Amino acid sequence: MINPLVINITYLMLTSALLLSFVRLAKGPSLPDRVVALELVATIVAGIVGTHAIDTGVASFLDIAIVLALTAFLAAIGFARFLERGGPRDD
Amino acid sequence: MIEWILSTFMIVGAALMLLAAIGIIRLPDLPTRMHASTKSGALGTSLIMIAVALAFMDTAVSARAFAIISFIILTAPVAAHVIGRAGYFVGVPLWEGTVKDALKESYDPETHQLHSGLEGKEPRKSVTYGVAESPATKDLEEPEPKKPE
Repeated sequence: MINPLVINITYLMLTSALLLSFVRLAKGPSLPDRVVALELVATIVAGIVGTHAIDTGVASFLDIAIVLALTAFLAAIGFARFLERGGPRDD
Repeated sequence: MIEWILSTFMIVGAALMLLAAIGIIRLPDLPTRMHASTKSGALGTSLIMIAVALAFMDTAVSARAFAIISFIILTAPVAAHVIGRAGYFVGVPLWEGTVKDALKESYDPETHQLHSGLEGKEPRKSVTYGVAESPATKDLEEPEPKKPE
């Protein structure tokens, strides 16, 4: 089985990445910056889900990663359409 | 043996995602942040999914892992392109050290049209520039259509 140290290091790096991208999500100067940070958050959470699937040995967690990637893509497309149509926004 | 390969994939994938997060917080403006986050983020998730496929060694799990990889690699560039386009149209300021903005002279924000830079120009007449005998401009002139006898 996998060394638990590897799992822990992976969790540590991924949660640090999640924290940093959340900082950008919170303080990003414009709305497209926040959307980019949100997409990176979804990608990192998909990685965390994969790591957790390796850690626990439950393969059903991968379905969550599929749905997460799908909804993140749709959210990015929706935000882009919203920005280009010029809706009311409050950065 | 396979444990070492798997551990390497996991560590490298997580390090790439950490690099993407550092890039998104350190780089100065929207296109550079996108440049950092999309490429290395997609590659990091792909490496972790390869590690999942190696860890389970099962056909169904491997199929799902490769479905995630192909989906992320297909959608990440599309989403980045759409967000970058919307950000440029909305008028997100670029970094003050930007060297070249190739869209600036060809995009009209009033009419929301993108020009190729060739509209409104007459097709080049070689006589205008006094280089009528140049072999480079000779091909631009259309030959006279011959009348049928």
